[in-house]
Amino acid sequence: MANAQPAETFSPIFGRLTFEWIPIHEPILVATFAGVALGGLAVLALMTYFKLWGPLWRDWIVSVDHKKIGIMYMVLGFVMMIRGFADALMMRAQQAMAAGGSEGWLPPHHYDQVFTAHGVIMIFFVAMPFVTGIMNYVMPMQIGARDVAFPFLNNFSFWMTVSGALLVNISLFIGEFARVGWLAFPPLSGSSYSTGPGMDYYLWALQIAGVGTTLSGINLIATVLKMRAPGMKLMDMPIFTWTALITNVLIVAAFPVLTATLALLTLDRYADFHFFTNDFGGNAMMYINLIWIWGHPEVYILIIPCFGVFSEIVSTFSRKPIFGYKTMVWATACIMVLSFVVWLHHFFTMGSGASVNTFFGITTMIIAVPTGVKIFNWLFTMYKGSVRLEVPMLWTIGFLVTFTIGGMTGVLLAVPPVDFQLHNTLFLIAHFHNVIIGGVVFAVYAAVSYWWPKAFGFQMSDKWGKRSFWFWFIGFYVAFMPLYALGLMGVTRRMNSYVDAGWQPYFIIAACGAVLILLGIACTFMNFYVSIRDRKKNLVGGDPWDARTLEWATQSPPAPYNFPFDLEVKGREAFWTMKQQGFKWPTENYKPIHMPKGTATGVVLSAIAMIFGFAMVWYIWWLAILSFAAMVGIGIAHTFNYKRDYYIPVDEVAATEAKGAAV
Amino acid sequence: MSHSQTASVRVADHEVHHASPTPIGFWIYLMSDCIIFGALFATYAVLGGGFAGGPGPKDLFEPGFVAIETALLLFSSITFGLAMLQADKGKRDGTMMWLVITGLLGAGFIAMELYEFRHLIHIGAGPDRSAFLSSFFALVGTHGLHVTGGIIWLVTLLTQIKAHGLTTANMRRLGTLSMFWHFLDLIWIGVFSFVYLVRLI
Amino acid sequence: MLRLRTLLLALAGAIALSGCQYHVLSPQGWVGDQQRNLLIISTLLMLIVIIPVLVMSVYFPLKYRADREDTSDYDPTFEHSNKIEVAIWGVPILIIVALGWFTYVYTHRLDPYRPLDHLEAGDPIEVQAVSLDWKWLFIYPEFGVASVNELAIPAGRPVNFSLTSSTVMNTLSIPALGGMVYSMTGMETKLHLIADETGTFPGRSAHYSGPGFSHMTFDTLSMTDEDFNAWVAEIKADGPTLDRASYLELEKPTIDEPVHSYASVEEGLFRRIVEMCVEDGKVCMGHMMMQDEMGGGGLEGIPHAEAYSYDRARTIDGFGNLIDLPEVEVKAFHEAFWNDPDAICRPDFVFAEKKSNG
Repeated sequence: MANAQPAETFSPIFGRLTFEWIPIHEPILVATFAGVALGGLAVLALMTYFKLWGPLWRDWIVSVDHKKIGIMYMVLGFVMMIRGFADALMMRAQQAMAAGGSEGWLPPHHYDQVFTAHGVIMIFFVAMPFVTGIMNYVMPMQIGARDVAFPFLNNFSFWMTVSGALLVNISLFIGEFARVGWLAFPPLSGSSYSTGPGMDYYLWALQIAGVGTTLSGINLIATVLKMRAPGMKLMDMPIFTWTALITNVLIVAAFPVLTATLALLTLDRYADFHFFTNDFGGNAMMYINLIWIWGHPEVYILIIPCFGVFSEIVSTFSRKPIFGYKTMVWATACIMVLSFVVWLHHFFTMGSGASVNTFFGITTMIIAVPTGVKIFNWLFTMYKGSVRLEVPMLWTIGFLVTFTIGGMTGVLLAVPPVDFQLHNTLFLIAHFHNVIIGGVVFAVYAAVSYWWPKAFGFQMSDKWGKRSFWFWFIGFYVAFMPLYALGLMGVTRRMNSYVDAGWQPYFIIAACGAVLILLGIACTFMNFYVSIRDRKKNLVGGDPWDARTLEWATQSPPAPYNFPFDLEVKGREAFWTMKQQGFKWPTENYKPIHMPKGTATGVVLSAIAMIFGFAMVWYIWWLAILSFAAMVGIGIAHTFNYKRDYYIPVDEVAATEAKGAAV
Repeated sequence: MSHSQTASVRVADHEVHHASPTPIGFWIYLMSDCIIFGALFATYAVLGGGFAGGPGPKDLFEPGFVAIETALLLFSSITFGLAMLQADKGKRDGTMMWLVITGLLGAGFIAMELYEFRHLIHIGAGPDRSAFLSSFFALVGTHGLHVTGGIIWLVTLLTQIKAHGLTTANMRRLGTLSMFWHFLDLIWIGVFSFVYLVRLI
Repeated sequence: MLRLRTLLLALAGAIALSGCQYHVLSPQGWVGDQQRNLLIISTLLMLIVIIPVLVMSVYFPLKYRADREDTSDYDPTFEHSNKIEVAIWGVPILIIVALGWFTYVYTHRLDPYRPLDHLEAGDPIEVQAVSLDWKWLFIYPEFGVASVNELAIPAGRPVNFSLTSSTVMNTLSIPALGGMVYSMTGMETKLHLIADETGTFPGRSAHYSGPGFSHMTFDTLSMTDEDFNAWVAEIKADGPTLDRASYLELEKPTIDEPVHSYASVEEGLFRRIVEMCVEDGKVCMGHMMMQDEMGGGGLEGIPHAEAYSYDRARTIDGFGNLIDLPEVEVKAFHEAFWNDPDAICRPDFVFAEKKSNG
């Protein structure tokens, strides 16, 4: 082993951080850093030139408006997707090259960080911000609310997620990231087999972001339960709101387990505890059970809101109410409950008895029933409908096809004896990308193209939207069908190099697929650019799609208070009802509107949380203590602020509404 | 439209005032906290028998000591209840007095717990000695951290009640702190039975 | 363009040639065969519902396009139908019932812990497999020999694997023969496989285990009884002994370890590996658990922590180099924290004593 990691030293000021931990000898990282630094400087310079700092701070960073926060979540998701996808390209390139004795271009020390970072970033800092962002943006408007139940907490949750994401990115240039796989199974992730700061970056980044996620879950549940327009019964809520509610229940039930599990691993690593060590009575299998008790619901946390997105889109673009509303709700609730009793299927091969494996295999298959029902409901919503094949609908059809195939391979993996063969092979990798790309990514793209005109008041480019869709759709199949094939050859995941040159053609095809997906992502960004450039030509009113739920009753973009008057709602599809009734917003007798005030506490607390995390990673104890004390102090000081709301005066409401009410 | 006969949307006659979402929000938070404790209890259940040649509960725990600790916390719950009664009657001074007593009882509990931890570590039975001790320190320590947080919150709230009186906002905060405090009491009953009592029998 | 075509042709050719590698679909042993059969049964069962769904997913949006000529079949009130509800719940449930039945039968039949005696395929052979950083050690207790990164088995006879690991988790995976099982430190897991034919099959660890993971591969040589006996005899004829000392030497992390073998193996070595007490002065797991059953080692057991310590001596850095950690008083940190908190902040405090020797 030619290389060694920097010697462990400890200084009172810098902890274990030394210059040797700055990766100046890694050309890839130096180039990346130069790119990021130059790009960052350019952005800073432009912002200063156009005097955007004030508006950015006032209108976005300290804003507690759920719509602003939702959009910021989406921006975070797209930015982190670039990072996560760069990791994917690096892996595909490595595996396309490293055959038959060749070591490729990434040594294990680097490659292992890349696959860990890819998984962590894509799940925690791409998919989670995306679904949280969509829920934040859409759900309060769908229930006729002006904001979420706890607006400050919402802002704080978002910035905690950003802090976690930043910590992961800092690890790129100061130190290293974990080399353990995205769930960090001990003993490998314990203090003996993962020395160095990488694993600690993992722990603190996830712990900080996890606080944000849990709080956001609590917040959104309370919003659905308490902030609905008077008269709106639970069984009248739009399907997306239902899925948001169920998702957040899952978050609140599952994320504490992640918090506890990571905290125990942290104690193992920092204070010599023995939860998951080989010795002193520790039990690594306990970690694996705990992490999957969180991990399996987590995949439903990602996919369930996406089911909601597709429900809204199918219904709108088929000009029909969703088929089987009640079935849809009950099927989602079934999935919620079942998602907690299947975790063992992630480790059938760990030697549980046949009866235990059978039980968890069958519970897993049962989930296919409510999921299948949902798919049929979408299909029968289109049946006898009037289907417009706009971009959001293309993504939906792409989802129906892709997700169904992914579901099938998922049920295959749920059969224990089949899993004995396919566990940890590329078949598994192909399966979960099949459902996550086909489900979550397609849903996010569908949601962005569907709600974009609502958020910004102009349409996205149809041409670039379609290009993006076809590149993603075809790219996905080219990238992952070879992995299914490789899985059937028994090829293992996470391999840095392999002997059998017969596998190489498949890996090369998969790499080509990744390039197609890259083009899909490029088209997306091109779409953003073109749409914003041509925005004046594509202005729309409040209801560009002839939609059915309440968020379309607002202006596009919605006013800060969403609705000029409070609504009383009876029945489903409130906005469709409004259109049937010929509803018009009154244009006089406005009242002052009670709104929450913006605050900088959330962003400041989160910034300090990031410093705290960094200090803990590097054992800079004085800074850790100081920043923790500062967090507690600022948190307490915040509670002394009793004036957290204000009234939007009547004149301002009238002026905003005069610009054009939606209906 | 099958449901359009009954469906209707209109502008509300009065400005809609939603009931404060704080109590339910805090309840949901407590449930999530409960799951954290659930994970720690489960860990203790799985690892609690791994002594690694070191001491077990019978060697370490003093029933009398733990009984006093428990009594302190249970009494603090009662005194918090008395504070709430005073607050409901709008009596600020009485509320504050009972809150101070509650805080002192809580502080006494924490002091005893710290003494116990210090003693264990001093004799070499720290969390690094065995998985049993690791899971013990994690479970009891997490509860202790919560109580400490509760005391900090209590002191903060005392200051706020002193400054602003029993306003709506302060009453809401008092209500949530009360839920928190009783919740910790419940968790402690679990800890007491499951960690100390069962293991000593 | 021509070049692209050549490349595509070459790719197609390579894929066609490599068709024989689909080990999961064309396994070489009974276990793998059964698992393949179940894979195909499950796929066919699911296709009953998957194919209609795929067809409908494409057909419905095209048939009911908004710009179709005849829109008389547009029916916005069609949002509920008991008949359809019964079908979309009922058909998947029936399929899952069938699949569940097959799952139940096959999971019990193919339990990796179940010996393959029912095949009546001759005497089974015992193999004790240990995953080390980053190589495989195979001990043949019946013959008293061991090999590293090479597994020889007699074709047509069941192989009873006992698995364990020296540091982190791995899985023993020989896709041509059948499914895998984890190997874990301080635990013994079981796997039963059989090769029907002679041949050479790739084997590897299928669970990521650190820097040398990709090289944790071995060849499984399935041979006739005579060849196998000859293989054993050849190893037995000449070579070092695998005793506790040489095991501890072998256990040290290496990457891409060449194939080698041991002519004899110390009695009971595997048991000691499982129980993490190969080193002198370490308490075996079995003894520890017995002691735990009886209430632990009491207060007087506190100072004997070192006899239970295992991971610390095996600490590695990110490249797989062993880090030499002196055995320290385990409670140093906590002691210091309570008695003299300032000490931790002083430069001379040895927090975790991690010094690289690389």
